[in-house]
Amino acid sequence: MEQKKIWQSFGELNQSEAYNKDVKDEFKEELPFVAEEGKSFLEAKAPRRDFLKYLGFSTAAAAAAASCEMPVKKSIPFANRPEDIVPGVSKYYATTYVQDGDVVSVVAKVRDGRPIKLEGNDLSPVTGGGTSARVQASVLDLYDTARLRFPTINGSEVTFDAADKSIADALKDNRNVVVLTSTITSPTTKDAIAQFLAKYPGGRHVTYDAVSYSGMLLANELTYGKKAIPSYQFNNAKAIVSIGADFLGTWLSPVEFAKQYATGKKINEKNPSMSKHIHFESVASLTGSNADEKYLHRPSETGAIAAALLSAVNGAAITGISNEKLKAGIAKAAKELLENKGAALVVSGSNDVNVQVIVNAINEAVGAGGKTINWASTLNYRQGVDADFAQLVEDMNAGKVGALLIHGANPAYTWYDADKFVAGLKKVTTSISFNTKVDETATLCKFVLPDHHFLESWGDAEAKSGYYSLIQPTIYPLFKTRQWQDSLLKWSGDSKDYLAVVKNYWSAKVGGETGWDKALQAGVINPTTIANPTGASFNSSAVAAAVAAVSSAKKGGKIELVLYEKIGIGAGQGASNPWLQELPDPVTRATWDNYVIVSPAMAKTLLNIDLNDNGQADAYEVNPPKKVVKVTVNGKSIELPALIIPGTQVDTIGIAVGYGRSENIGKAAAGVGKNAFPLASLAGASVNFSNADVTVVATEEKYPVALTQTHSRYDTAQGNRTEVMKEISLAEYKANPTEIREDREAELKPYGGLEKFEGQGTIYPVYDRPGIKWGMSVDLNSCNGCGACVVACNAENNVSVVGKPEVLRGHEMHWLRIDRYYSGDMENPNVVFQPLMCQHCDNAPCENVCPVAATNHSSEGLNQMTYNRCIGTRYCANNCPYKVRRFNWADYTGADSFPDNQEGIVNDVVLNMSDDLTRMVLNPDVTVRSRGVIEKCSFCVQRLQESKLNAKKESRPMVDSDLKVACQQSCPTNAINFGNANDKNSAVSKVRVDNPNRQFYVLEQLHVLPNVTYLAKVRNQDEEKKEGAHA
Amino acid sequence: MISYRRISKAVLLSSLLFLGASFAMTATAQDGKTLFSTNCASCHAVHKKLTGPALAGVEDRWPDKAKLHAWVKNSAAFLKTGDTYANNLYVEFNKTSMTQFPGLADKDIDAILAYIKTVPAPGSEKPAAGAGAPAAEGDNTLLFGVLSLILAVVALILMQVNSNLKKLANERAGEPNETPVSFWKHKSYITLGTILLFIVGGYLTTKGAMGLGRSQNYQPVQPIYYSHKVHAGINQINCLYCHGGAQEGKHSNIPSVNICMNCHLAINEYKGEKIYTEEGVEVNGTAEIQKLYKYAGFEFGKLWDATQAKPIEWTRIHNLPDHVYFNHSQHVKAGKVQCQTCHGDITKMDEVKQFADLSMGWCINCHRETKVQFKDNGFYSIYEKYHQDLKSGKIDSTKGITVESIGGTECQKCHY
Repeated sequence: MEQKKIWQSFGELNQSEAYNKDVKDEFKEELPFVAEEGKSFLEAKAPRRDFLKYLGFSTAAAAAAASCEMPVKKSIPFANRPEDIVPGVSKYYATTYVQDGDVVSVVAKVRDGRPIKLEGNDLSPVTGGGTSARVQASVLDLYDTARLRFPTINGSEVTFDAADKSIADALKDNRNVVVLTSTITSPTTKDAIAQFLAKYPGGRHVTYDAVSYSGMLLANELTYGKKAIPSYQFNNAKAIVSIGADFLGTWLSPVEFAKQYATGKKINEKNPSMSKHIHFESVASLTGSNADEKYLHRPSETGAIAAALLSAVNGAAITGISNEKLKAGIAKAAKELLENKGAALVVSGSNDVNVQVIVNAINEAVGAGGKTINWASTLNYRQGVDADFAQLVEDMNAGKVGALLIHGANPAYTWYDADKFVAGLKKVTTSISFNTKVDETATLCKFVLPDHHFLESWGDAEAKSGYYSLIQPTIYPLFKTRQWQDSLLKWSGDSKDYLAVVKNYWSAKVGGETGWDKALQAGVINPTTIANPTGASFNSSAVAAAVAAVSSAKKGGKIELVLYEKIGIGAGQGASNPWLQELPDPVTRATWDNYVIVSPAMAKTLLNIDLNDNGQADAYEVNPPKKVVKVTVNGKSIELPALIIPGTQVDTIGIAVGYGRSENIGKAAAGVGKNAFPLASLAGASVNFSNADVTVVATEEKYPVALTQTHSRYDTAQGNRTEVMKEISLAEYKANPTEIREDREAELKPYGGLEKFEGQGTIYPVYDRPGIKWGMSVDLNSCNGCGACVVACNAENNVSVVGKPEVLRGHEMHWLRIDRYYSGDMENPNVVFQPLMCQHCDNAPCENVCPVAATNHSSEGLNQMTYNRCIGTRYCANNCPYKVRRFNWADYTGADSFPDNQEGIVNDVVLNMSDDLTRMVLNPDVTVRSRGVIEKCSFCVQRLQESKLNAKKESRPMVDSDLKVACQQSCPTNAINFGNANDKNSAVSKVRVDNPNRQFYVLEQLHVLPNVTYLAKVRNQDEEKKEGAHA
Repeated sequence: MISYRRISKAVLLSSLLFLGASFAMTATAQDGKTLFSTNCASCHAVHKKLTGPALAGVEDRWPDKAKLHAWVKNSAAFLKTGDTYANNLYVEFNKTSMTQFPGLADKDIDAILAYIKTVPAPGSEKPAAGAGAPAAEGDNTLLFGVLSLILAVVALILMQVNSNLKKLANERAGEPNETPVSFWKHKSYITLGTILLFIVGGYLTTKGAMGLGRSQNYQPVQPIYYSHKVHAGINQINCLYCHGGAQEGKHSNIPSVNICMNCHLAINEYKGEKIYTEEGVEVNGTAEIQKLYKYAGFEFGKLWDATQAKPIEWTRIHNLPDHVYFNHSQHVKAGKVQCQTCHGDITKMDEVKQFADLSMGWCINCHRETKVQFKDNGFYSIYEKYHQDLKSGKIDSTKGITVESIGGTECQKCHY
């Protein structure tokens, strides 16, 4: 069979010298006590005498420390224990994650009065229990030390009463009051705003979204007469065409879409069929990486592609596209769409009204309305139209705004022309911000009345019309903050507080007090019957004009620019969250920075890096400092390091927004990246996040980027990298379903074949697993690499943040990482994501090299790690073929007794993580690891133990529903199954039985006997693009 | 004879009757006591005004028994009848309505009334003579030490005498004497000394090092002299009444003030046998209850506003290192282990001290020996092989399935 090349890095692709050296050596640090060459040991940096001094001192210090008296601890019970609170037992409260229009129903785990973890709410039909990385990380924002702790007037602390009084005076007789918010999905909040504005005639409410969907809203108004966004049903689609919409990562409602999309990608082995996803994009995105087929285009061609696709689905010829590959792609997309009429869907991420009008026309032509597009229920995540905000900025500058009340929106940072907004704000006499931090906008406001964090708030949200999610507080407000709705109600003269408003509103709808209690407990209010998707009447009159407009659009210049959002950071909301900053971007695998994404071809011309040249590829890849390039757009320029990402169009560069934020919003955001929002521009009624003509020049400077792609690598004669991943095309899979199984069989033949491998492949005995044997299964077809699991694992297991300097040295601590693999063509490769955590090998190579037996095996199949036995030899990590063991190089958590272990060693962000406030997020059931010990995925052993105990208390065997490990719980696509593999009825057993052909173990031939099985990635590709062989 | 027989018969009969009657009477009073303590005692005492009036002489105050019955069963309804006495009573007690007891039958109420009559007024009751503090058990270590020291000195003297005698004997025999070496320079003494020092020092160091962080017999002075002996021992209050968390979660919670006040709303004096501190100082139980009242913000005879309570800062006795996960409910509920197994005979302790050393070896030992509820708990039904082996006798049924056999001594059962 032809060997398919699967590679993680350019060095691996080229088998370069540096790569081969690198993969043999896990720990790149030199030993600290190494003697300099040619010098005697006495003259070395740390001679024998010093060594003895240290030895003596440490012994004395240990003795002194040990002889200290035991500290007297207090045990302080409640004065009056509330009946339903048992110390040490977690409570779960349904609430809702809301941030600038994003809504995800969650269940907050509250331990001893502190929310410490968010889980998806299974009762929500919208997200079905899924979450995203940002949802998972939001619990840390609650304990953010940078939160504003009291209301201020002109920056100095006041009481709410004083603020209310001054504001009442300021608002009196004020004619032009404007409430500026990011998208509001809450019906009661909208009522409160309306009630407030009613008191100030002439006032208005302006919705402003940092990354708006104005194009879609306006196009829908033109063609459907509704300024709204319909629901999408990716689960009903057999053919999906996306023109730059990153619907699995950042577009509208990625959690919901990822869930729907995955249902089309899950394979039934007996009758394999999959949806087909064709993606057009300019800069590599998460969704593009998951696509079955991906075509690259210049951003300026977006309109032309849409128009060509429209003419193709209408049976006409494809015109206006010169690139042959692209043309073939459009023809193919049209063919797929037409073949699956009624089960086809086209989406576009463009913010151009004309493009969206054409996309609507295509959807009408392929019968999407009422099937894959549902107008019966609209998506309310983004409601802002940029033109409205632009008008507001004009009004402010013209002195026509008397008072501006800002909630959520942060235009001083996110508006492309922030200077103009700032100038306008100075002319507004009464400016009030409700933002929780003194962000770029709040710092310019006279009054800042910080709002609660959503975990301290009451409220509701209607993300999708008819589907409601309720918000209830899970902790008493930490600071002197007040819900902004309470402020509005107070200022509009309402004596009720917002809780009463919400309660009255919902009690009336759901059947009184009992109904309200029930709804609050469930956290969601769903429509009683879920109606079938319905379409809307389409008005095609605007289509011709739109096609004409896009056809006459200006041709792109030499180099074009795309501004995009990252999964973790978004439009800057995640910038102050250390978990999100340290989450490697799925596509680039970079942390703690934004950068300029360039294609390998552009790297050659712009940076003089030829990736096919071993030396140059190595120099680029091995050294963290990357060449800095200067990007100039309309006279504004930005200097950022350049990263080479395959799958990016040759003449296009990409820059992530959301970076370069004010240091006021947190240590994690300070000095990280540069702000790319100024590079956007206003085109008609909407902001254009791409630019068709930019200049890029390489500078002489270099800047280090903390890329994790080349960390945790491993390659020996025994375990070759290419075997870690198994990928196959659907066509090939259909032709020979047992191919992967046959391969495994052939490989294991010398050791007894598949059946007898466990017993015959080793000299060790095979151990019994009476009772429980834990097992995990990961479906690579469902996994899209979104990273929710990585952050969920951080939160559940107290995984420490190490900061950029430490990531640069390969010291990141993530227990679960998502590896990115490429295969095929360097310019436009296939991408596969593989979550990799400790495989809990039954014959684990780490266990038998530990000199102190700190890592050993349990009778339930867990590879146990005992921190207090660990002496930090790191032999285990060295011997782990998966490179999933993590070493605490420094005291990242503040767990050591000596504070000096942190100062000057870890950076501010890490120090801030051991602040008393931040530490409230720690899970008390998981040990906080100290310096010098190894740690790794424990299969969330604290959850396993808890679920077993619960079953024992109820005197019954454990069942699947007792237990979800953190990564599994967070996953929006149910890619991860976990349970007792000895139980024939458990989900994990069933997955293994039902998928014998796709199942594989990573590096199986090493006979480490992992307890994690993977299901191979099947890509819906045709035979001509035949890939699929593997070692 | 006949007359005698008749008399004896009559005597026998009447005594039987009397016995029966008195038995019936005590039965009523006994029932009354139980009923009183379950229903009334949280608000009423017999001779003292609490939340409600003192109940002694209640029957004199309520001449009409039917009214009294009605009042007890549903005081709110009775108030509406406009009874003057009842309404005055209601006003007197700050308009706190008496809890309704629709479940109490008339004869139950009579039983309670009967019991009330049997309770003697304070002062007439003679406190039971205290058993006195048990004589401290002699610690013989010191005696043995002194004895060994004396013996060692004697041995040394004898050795010296022996060598001197030998010297004299040699002199007399004219044999040459070895040049005397003072014993602190004597090589064998030095060697012996060194070895001894090494062994003793090593033993002490190792023992000390292992004992670091352990605090067996730790018995701190608590903010309130709370006697477990009085509560759990003499009054037989179930451990879980106060430490209910032990069967629900990992912590066996220290009771909050409102739990204490459940009983101490009524009990404001200590009248039991005398209690002494470890130092032998007598403890004034009533004063300790006053301390509780201070924390609770409660003044006896008045209504208690629970929101005024302040938590009591107890000193924690049982401390486990942070890297140990211990769950009380695992042991108490699932494992059905008695509290005393780890906490010692708490019912005999006035001031609690740490009974076990809480070392890992101690935990492991217990896990090796203790059987799990293998047959009774449905959770273990999945261990089919063990069940078969037990049946077939492959596994010794007297030893049974211990915690260890299901993996209870593995690291990640307690460390994660």
